[in-house]
Amino acid sequence: MSLAPSLHVTGSARIGGVRIFGPLTLQAPAGQWNCLLGSSGVGKSTLLRILAGLDEDITLDAKAGAGDGLPLAGRVALMAQSDLLMPWLDVMGNVTLGAKLRGEAVDTRQARAVLQRVGLDEHLHKRPRALSGGQRQRVALARTLMEDRPVVLLDEPFSALDARTRATMQDLAAELLQGRTVLHVTHDAAEAARLGQSIVLMTEAGIDEITPPAAPVPRAFDADETLAFQASLLRRLMVTQ
Amino acid sequence: MTGFARSVARGLGAAVLGVLFWQAVVTLADLPRFILPAPLLVAETLWKSRVLILENAWITLIEVLVGLVLGAILGGLSAIGLAASPFARTFLRPMLVFSQAVPVFALAPILTLWLGYGLWSKVAMALLIIYFPVTSAFFDALMRTPPGWLHLAQVMGADKRREMWLIRIPAALPGFASGLRLAAVYAPIGAIIGEWVGASKGLGYLMLLANGRAKIDLMFATLIVLAVMTLLLHTVVDRFCRWLTRHS
Repeated sequence: MSLAPSLHVTGSARIGGVRIFGPLTLQAPAGQWNCLLGSSGVGKSTLLRILAGLDEDITLDAKAGAGDGLPLAGRVALMAQSDLLMPWLDVMGNVTLGAKLRGEAVDTRQARAVLQRVGLDEHLHKRPRALSGGQRQRVALARTLMEDRPVVLLDEPFSALDARTRATMQDLAAELLQGRTVLHVTHDAAEAARLGQSIVLMTEAGIDEITPPAAPVPRAFDADETLAFQASLLRRLMVTQ
Repeated sequence: MTGFARSVARGLGAAVLGVLFWQAVVTLADLPRFILPAPLLVAETLWKSRVLILENAWITLIEVLVGLVLGAILGGLSAIGLAASPFARTFLRPMLVFSQAVPVFALAPILTLWLGYGLWSKVAMALLIIYFPVTSAFFDALMRTPPGWLHLAQVMGADKRREMWLIRIPAALPGFASGLRLAAVYAPIGAIIGEWVGASKGLGYLMLLANGRAKIDLMFATLIVLAVMTLLLHTVVDRFCRWLTRHS
C-alpha cells in the first residue's frame, strides 16, 4: 500500500439541474478515520461518489482529489451499505473478485489471511446466501482489505446491521483499516462518536468541522465521554435541519 | 410426495380428464371417425404405427434440438454483442426489431428453396423463431445489471471484458433462462412449419400425409407424440435453466 493521501472537495454539485450540495469545502486529513455525518438527502453519498470517480451523471462545479496531487483512480476501495457480494461466487471468489476483474494473478494465500482476520476462514467455500448479514458484511470488509488501497470510502456500510453486530463490525473495521485515509459517510451520530478521528457535519447549509474526544478509536460505546459526545452531535444535527 | 411426483400426478390427472371429455364428445355428438376418432382408436393406431411415428419423431426431434442449441448460442452471442457495444446497439437493434415485422412463417418457402427439403431448412425455421426471444430477454437482463455491482467493478479498476464475463453475464443468466424457456416451446412450432412447407420426413410431414389420406386417427396419434415431445423438451430445458440460475 502506498502512502495514504488526504482528500478534499471544494465547490458544488448538481444532478440533472438539481443542486445536490454546496458550495462547500471538505477536508479529510491523511491516514485518519474521517466521519461525514448528516441526514439523508444532504448529498453525502454524492460527495463520496465524486471521490470514487463514479460521477458520470453529476455536473461538478468543484475540485476534488487527493492532497498529494496524484489521481485517485486505482487508489480507492469502496464499501457500501449493501454488501454487493456476487451470489454466484463463494466467499473466496468474492474476496478475490478485484484481482480477477483486473486480470491479475489471484493471491489465494493473501485472501485466506485476510479472511482469517475477519474471522471467516472456516467459510471459504460458502455462498453469500448461506451467511448471516453480519458475516456478509465481513466478507465485504475482507474484499476491501484485499484491494489494499490507501483510501477507503465507506457509504453507511454498517447501517443495515443489528446493534450488536454493528458494534463488532465497527471495532473490526477500525482495527483493520488503521493507517488508511477513511471517509465514512454515516447518518448515525453514535457511529461517528465511536469511530471519527475527524468529524464533519454536513447539512443543507454546508459543512461544519467538529472536534471529537481525544480518546483513540474505536471509542467504547458505553463510555460517558462517547455518549456525551454522541448527544452533542445529535443536538447539532437537530438544530441545523 | 415430492414436488416432481405431485406434478406428474397432476399432469396424469389432467390427461385422464381430457381423454374422458374427448370420448364423451365423440359418443354424444356421434362424430364419424374421419372427423374426430375416438381415443381408443387413436391409441390403437399409435401402437400399430409406432415404428413409423417414432422414425419421424426422431427426425423432428433432431431438427428441434439443433435449432434450439444453435438459436440459443446465436441469440446469446448477439445479446452480449449488443450489450457490449453501443455501436451495435445503434445500428443493429433497429434492424433486429424490424426483422420481427416479417412473419417468420412467410419465410418458410424461401428457406426451403434456399436450404432444400432436408434438415437445414427446418433448423433454420426453428432458429429464426427462437432467436428474437432469446436475444431480447438476455439483452434486457444484461442492460439491467444492479448499478452497485458496476460501481464496485469500476472502483476496482475492472476491464470491460472481464466485467462482462464475471459480473454482467452471470447476473443476467435468469433473463437468458426465461428466453430459453420460451424457445423450448417455440422451436417445435418452427420445425413443424418447416416440415409442412416442404419435407419428406418428420412429424409435420406425417400429419399432412395422414390428413391427405383421411387417416385422421394417424394424424391424432402423431399430434399426441408431438405434444408429448414438446412437454418433455420443456421439462428438460426447465431443469437446465434451474441449474443455470441456481445461485441467482
